[in-house]
Amino acid sequence: MEKRFAAPESVTEGTSAAAAANTWRWIGIVALIVIAAALPFGLSKYHVFELTMVMIYAIAVLGLNILTGYNGQISLGHGGFFAVGAYTAAILMHRYGVPYWLTLPPAALIGFALGVLFGLPALRFEGPYLALVTLAMALATPQLLKYFDTWTGGQQGINLAKPTPPAGLGLDRDRWLYFVALVVLLIAIRTAANILHGRTGRAFVAIRDHPIAAAAMGIDTAKYKTLAFGISTLFTAVAGALAAIVIGYVSPEGYSLFLSISFLVGSAVGGIATIGGAIVGGFFIQFVPNLANDISDAAPWAIYGLAMLLFMYTMPRGVVGTLWPRIVKFVAARKIAAQFAVSQREGR
Amino acid sequence: MHQFLQQIFSGLAAGSIYASLALALVMIYRATDLVNFAQGEMAMFSTYIAWTLVNAGLPFWLAFLITLAVSFAGGMIIERVVIRPVENAPVLAAVVVTIGLLLIFNSVAGWIYSYTVQDFPSPFPDRPVFGALMTTRDLGVIGVTLLMLVLLFAFFRYTPVGLAMRAAAQNPASARLCGIRVGRMLAIGWGLAAMIGATAGVMVAPVLFLDPNMMGGVLIYAFAGALLGGITSPIGAVVGGLIVGVTENLVGTYLIASQLKLTVAFALIILVLVFRPNGLFGTAVVRRV
Repeated sequence: MEKRFAAPESVTEGTSAAAAANTWRWIGIVALIVIAAALPFGLSKYHVFELTMVMIYAIAVLGLNILTGYNGQISLGHGGFFAVGAYTAAILMHRYGVPYWLTLPPAALIGFALGVLFGLPALRFEGPYLALVTLAMALATPQLLKYFDTWTGGQQGINLAKPTPPAGLGLDRDRWLYFVALVVLLIAIRTAANILHGRTGRAFVAIRDHPIAAAAMGIDTAKYKTLAFGISTLFTAVAGALAAIVIGYVSPEGYSLFLSISFLVGSAVGGIATIGGAIVGGFFIQFVPNLANDISDAAPWAIYGLAMLLFMYTMPRGVVGTLWPRIVKFVAARKIAAQFAVSQREGR
Repeated sequence: MHQFLQQIFSGLAAGSIYASLALALVMIYRATDLVNFAQGEMAMFSTYIAWTLVNAGLPFWLAFLITLAVSFAGGMIIERVVIRPVENAPVLAAVVVTIGLLLIFNSVAGWIYSYTVQDFPSPFPDRPVFGALMTTRDLGVIGVTLLMLVLLFAFFRYTPVGLAMRAAAQNPASARLCGIRVGRMLAIGWGLAAMIGATAGVMVAPVLFLDPNMMGGVLIYAFAGALLGGITSPIGAVVGGLIVGVTENLVGTYLIASQLKLTVAFALIILVLVFRPNGLFGTAVVRRV
């Protein structure tokens, strides 16, 4: 029954067809990284900023994918953890003069710790209940940020000085931050892939698909579910810290329910149990509401709502979750056909 | 002491609104086993329909009845068109779809009626009664809720349709074998829930004023009420809603500033789920492995 959200099948089996798909995948990944590194030099500053935000959202969505897609715990409150990361960075920079790049580790640590703390009671909430609790959290986040105003600057928020790029690289600020975000994104993707394609990831998926069978096989479900929560919120908090640095401003209204729902929409559109889907989700979150805003104030919400319905009905695995297995299959089928042709010619 | 009692009574009035919405949530949960995150926005939309009718010059109660009828039909259509495809899908799909509905209702209301806050007429005069312990408005709201409860109870207890609905919720397979059209019963359940929600919206609108985001807080309190009472128990929903209303009022008056209203609801939900996950009246669901 849970199959509709299953991760795409592993392509690392030893057959030559799968190996071919793997080679193609690496070629694709390297090409993407090269393009991503070249892009900022051909674009205006504003577009560079937009792409930086795409990558930041992608990190946050990746965090949500680990929790909701791979481990089956539904969160409607990841905007809250994004805010935690953002305010950690902002307070450290503003009050204590910590350099911007040093705020990422504490944001990650606090994100992880809060996620584990939240994940412990969440062990008792199943399915819709967890969604409910996290929805309430998303609604409470702006209130809490306003309430603790000695730390958070209340309604006005905190203005941050934009970081200066290291001298000698010849990069301006926006392009420098773009590369910072790109490096963090690549690290995040690699880390997520290592976790998810290994023993831990298989435990996450087993718990999602059949918690009782997973427990019977000796998986410590409580430990892994809490761990999934912590890792997920770590990613999202780091994304929040990056966003605070790049935007140079934090305020309670930026972390409303809309942000949390944005992550869920991005996740659903890209493919909730995929890693690559997070990037598609990042693009969706950054560009779709902006385009929709030209139509009407209400349009971003409407488009988010429609996207959620449409994707759940027609493409529940999201763009990447639907297309990637097909590409793999296509490449593998061609490889097998080629081998077959060769063997025919050689008369074997 | 006088202030304390006053707070309790106005808490009961707010609580009866939470109770109505909680009841709507419980009905849908019992019938289709899913939590309807769009319940609040559906109620908000119904309230806008009532507002349009009243502004068009209809007498209040007539507008109210038409709104109920429209909401009932709307609820049934939503079940048929939007919910039916994800009925047997994983929880995540159902959650995403109802959140999508929430967004759509919110934005369509904003689109049609704009996000400006509107006045909503109260059907009850606002006079103090019982030595200024309550207002007639509070009394009216509580009265309407109680009346609705009695009608619902009678509907489920004494009518063939009510019996069929209970059967369909309890054991869909057997109900179908007895010739009950389970699909239609579920649709009626959604229709009824939409109607109950509409009542809650119309009752709360004179206090909260009308705008597309008015039900956000109410929905969270209604969830807290439904969970406190036990999400499988209609009576529990009502009791839970009332308790939550009174608690919210007392906490807001004596303990914590009211700008943390939603945080209180959040804490309440966590406390209930941690310490009494089945609520006060709910039954533990025993599953066969």
